Amino acid sequence: MNRSEPIRKAPSFLESLVQRRTLGYLLLGLVLLVAIWRLGNALLENPSLFLQQVTNGLQIGFVYALIALGYTMVYGIVRLINFAHGDVFMVGAFTSFYAISRIQLHLWTRALFPDLNPFIADVIGTISVVLLSMAVCALLAVTIERVAYKPLRNAPRISALITAIGVSFFLEYFGALNFVYTANYITYRRPFDVITWVIGDQGVQVLQKGQEVPAGAIIFSNISFIIIVVSIILLVLLQYFVKNTRTGKAMRATAYDRQTARLMGVDVDATISTTFAIGAALAGAAGVLYAIAYPQVVFWMGIIPGLKAFVAAVLGGIGSIPGAVVGALILGQAETLSAAYISTPMRDAIAFSILIIVLLVRPTGIFGEAQREKA
Amino acid sequence: MKHISRTTLIFLGSIVTFTLVVQVLISLGVLSPFWNTILRQGAVMAIVGLGLNLIYGFNGQFSLGQWGFYAIGAYSAADITYRWTNDANSNGLTVLFFTILLVGASILILYRVFGKIRGVDPLSAFAIYLIAAVGLTALAVSIGNLTAPAVNAILKALPTNIANTLVYLLAVIIGGILAAEVSFLFGLPVLTLGSDYFGIATLGFTIIVKVLLDNSDVMFGFVEMKGARGMIGIPKLTSWIWVMLFLILVIVITRNLLHSSYGRAIISVREDEIAAKAMGIDIGHYKTLTFVLGCLFAGLAGGLYAHINGFLHPDSFNFIKSFDPMIIVVFGGLGSVTGTVFAAFAWQLVLEGILRSILPPGFETWRYVVYPLLLLVMMLLKPNGLFGNYEIPYLRQVLPPLKKPATETQTPAAKESL
Amino acid sequence: MSEQTSTQTRQSRSNGQEILRIEGLTKLFGGLKAVNNFSLSLNKGDLNGLIGPNGAGKTTVFNMITGVYVPTSGSIRFNGQEIAGLEPHKINQMGIARTFQNIRLFSNLTVLDNVRIAYHPHAGYSLTDAIFHNSRYKENERILTERAQEFLAVFNLQDRQHEIAKNLPYGEQRRLEIARALAAEPKLLLLDEPAAGMNPAESVALMDLIHFIRERFDLTILLIEHQMRVVMGICEYITVMDFGEVIARGTPAEIQANPRVVEAYLGPGSAALSEKFRRKRTL
Repeated sequence: MNRSEPIRKAPSFLESLVQRRTLGYLLLGLVLLVAIWRLGNALLENPSLFLQQVTNGLQIGFVYALIALGYTMVYGIVRLINFAHGDVFMVGAFTSFYAISRIQLHLWTRALFPDLNPFIADVIGTISVVLLSMAVCALLAVTIERVAYKPLRNAPRISALITAIGVSFFLEYFGALNFVYTANYITYRRPFDVITWVIGDQGVQVLQKGQEVPAGAIIFSNISFIIIVVSIILLVLLQYFVKNTRTGKAMRATAYDRQTARLMGVDVDATISTTFAIGAALAGAAGVLYAIAYPQVVFWMGIIPGLKAFVAAVLGGIGSIPGAVVGALILGQAETLSAAYISTPMRDAIAFSILIIVLLVRPTGIFGEAQREKA
Repeated sequence: MKHISRTTLIFLGSIVTFTLVVQVLISLGVLSPFWNTILRQGAVMAIVGLGLNLIYGFNGQFSLGQWGFYAIGAYSAADITYRWTNDANSNGLTVLFFTILLVGASILILYRVFGKIRGVDPLSAFAIYLIAAVGLTALAVSIGNLTAPAVNAILKALPTNIANTLVYLLAVIIGGILAAEVSFLFGLPVLTLGSDYFGIATLGFTIIVKVLLDNSDVMFGFVEMKGARGMIGIPKLTSWIWVMLFLILVIVITRNLLHSSYGRAIISVREDEIAAKAMGIDIGHYKTLTFVLGCLFAGLAGGLYAHINGFLHPDSFNFIKSFDPMIIVVFGGLGSVTGTVFAAFAWQLVLEGILRSILPPGFETWRYVVYPLLLLVMMLLKPNGLFGNYEIPYLRQVLPPLKKPATETQTPAAKESL
Repeated sequence: MSEQTSTQTRQSRSNGQEILRIEGLTKLFGGLKAVNNFSLSLNKGDLNGLIGPNGAGKTTVFNMITGVYVPTSGSIRFNGQEIAGLEPHKINQMGIARTFQNIRLFSNLTVLDNVRIAYHPHAGYSLTDAIFHNSRYKENERILTERAQEFLAVFNLQDRQHEIAKNLPYGEQRRLEIARALAAEPKLLLLDEPAAGMNPAESVALMDLIHFIRERFDLTILLIEHQMRVVMGICEYITVMDFGEVIARGTPAEIQANPRVVEAYLGPGSAALSEKFRRKRTL
């Protein structure tokens, strides 16, 4: 048969250079290499300090994880970037502040049962404070959802986003008014006393007040312990809830296809409200934990952790629950390590650079499902 | 004089009249400097908003990065005029001029070369562009420093007023082009991301720029920018007339672009990317084009803004502020040029002007409580914005008349009801 | 039926000028073989059908021809040029146009603009001309608009030109989509289920339309269709796919008599009926 030959020249060097991803990866690899080299040096120089940073990173990472879950769940179900979520976190912190300093909620067990073991009393008191904050935040989020987002469910998505920004501003600046929280930093009283352990050559010891930390030892406080334990418990509960309960299944069904879920008899509105409530409750808990760790509250405290948690959710693949946790832990490490070893003022820039780099390699985040075009 | 349509005349006539009337009121002192500043900032926001409306309203790319490019335009333009007025040195001007010239040329050449290759990987292409841009910037710094004394001499030979104005205008334009070039480099890999992810990446860009500005003095050696303390001593050269001239220019460019085949190609990307591709539209090209143009506007606006108050602070380029252009564009109506311009002025007047003046003393902090409430009510009442997609006649697409062509062979299907 | 005999039948009817030749086309999605070793040849002026049960890989083949997907392996030659892996817009500019299974109009734009967008690659003026609205812009824009209007007249849509595309009735939307695909004057038109959602009368009108455009624009047409009435009524030659592979080729009569096709697809004479209840997938 007489047919013209296929016109497919062998690509030239420049062509193959830009057709393959190699060069792009090389660039990213170079950046990664510099970071690893820097961190590896730090690890070899002072392993205990490095480990200390990792512990700190874990602590903040878990707080981010709790907030990130709210972002990811809400995005998964209504495709809304809920910018007010960080401010719900702030309300959680303030609720616990008032619960502790005004009504002394953390002391209720001691008041009622004076004979109770003080440790148990502290645990119950702290849990009560956390639960109260979670409840208040859940209530707040459901109110916000009903008032501000629900009427816009069929409007363009951007309207809901702008509304979310509006709610965020409102929560912040209403909080900043003098008869609410005022615009000042307020010192936060923890619901329990800080106990610091020193893990070093002589095993684990309680650090006494005024005692110097021995060189080469790692400090670990009950604050980190509580944050990590509470977060893990909440994450396990959430995982169980989403996977195994009826409401959890309804949530997943609604996230997958709202119309079909409705046809299958799922109460979509209630499910969406529940999602907001759960996300906000987790943010409320995160607010208490954050305030315990960094004992200061102020009306705009939710902005930066909220943003970071949002980055974490995107990093992990927005819409994915394990993704949010993994993303948050990565971000926590990235942040503390880059602050400690690369550049403190550039910390936020580094966090976002990581986000952008991850998105370039995996456009829907680490656990995100690939979007496939369908014609 | 070529034929100019009536709507064009009416539009230009009324906007020029408006500009002049406001200018007269300013000159007579009827409008206090406070309101003058608000009006100028309104015009600046309109320019940023028009850029974002191109990107988001017409091209459908959800960008939260306008504020970052605005910051780039503001700081680079400010640096040029600062060095000229305070140090009588034009090295800022020459260095940045050669930077945008060389980097711009490299971008254009490489873009043309890569356009001929099938299946270019954006990330690898980005690496090449980046290497070229970094290398050429280094070259531009030396050329700029070499030529600065000569340019100094020329500028000093001119009358001071003219020299200052010339430097100012060049600074604003260079700032805009610099922002556009950065947006090209940044947009190249990032524009391949899906809608929301693109928004997040551009938000990240804004935050990165802000952090860089915070550290501009200590880490990058731009002592005059004073990092997180804020840059002062920028000549206040942006007058109402200048800012309106730029605004009119931007409106006309936007309008002319949108009413052309290129504009339709841009809009087709928003409507349906897959169908657009299948119709022969190079969607990557149009996304890049629109993004660069929108960021050029943002950069120009930044340069104008820098010379309104005479000081810049990284906090004004906070990521929270980057929602402002988005709010303005949505308020005015996505895809409405009229709406954006109107909303920009209205937003500035209400937020900075009216709310400030009507709230009783002691209640200034309520401004930001009232503002989000307004935002909420607005979104609940008019989710599609004030103007929807209404345009004033000048900005409206001229609809060609219904023409019955000579009897053509018509489809058989046409006769039956298909 | 073997490949060989089918190719021979094919050649006897053709005028010899091959416009599209696909060989060994394969597409993997993860581990799933959506299309496996697909081959097809079209001569100038052909009106051929591609049929098969849902999920057989027909649309994936279309997507590879038009560049939406990059084939895992195989070659697609259009007028002798290799096009596999080219960007969709370049393939379109070479002369292949398509319509979509679920209509994809630029739904917020006017009917006229939908067609004018298809002319964009031939706009005839530069971006700078557009920004300055100079005389070259004005002249070319006028020509472009007139051509688009004449084109709409051919499809009897000229009275609808200022209407927003999404407000058109369904049948007119289908017609507009075909008009838009043809505006850039392609050589090869791919129709993805043009009769989907149409009643029998509408389908007949559609068949007339397809015959008409083929003559009027000197087209080669390949169509995917589920309505057997349409496929058997207008296609001269049919390729049948199942599970990503070609299971039969032949004239409509041959296909209807082919036991493998009947088994895989037509069933005991009720496939066309069952297809009517096929769930429409929306995006």
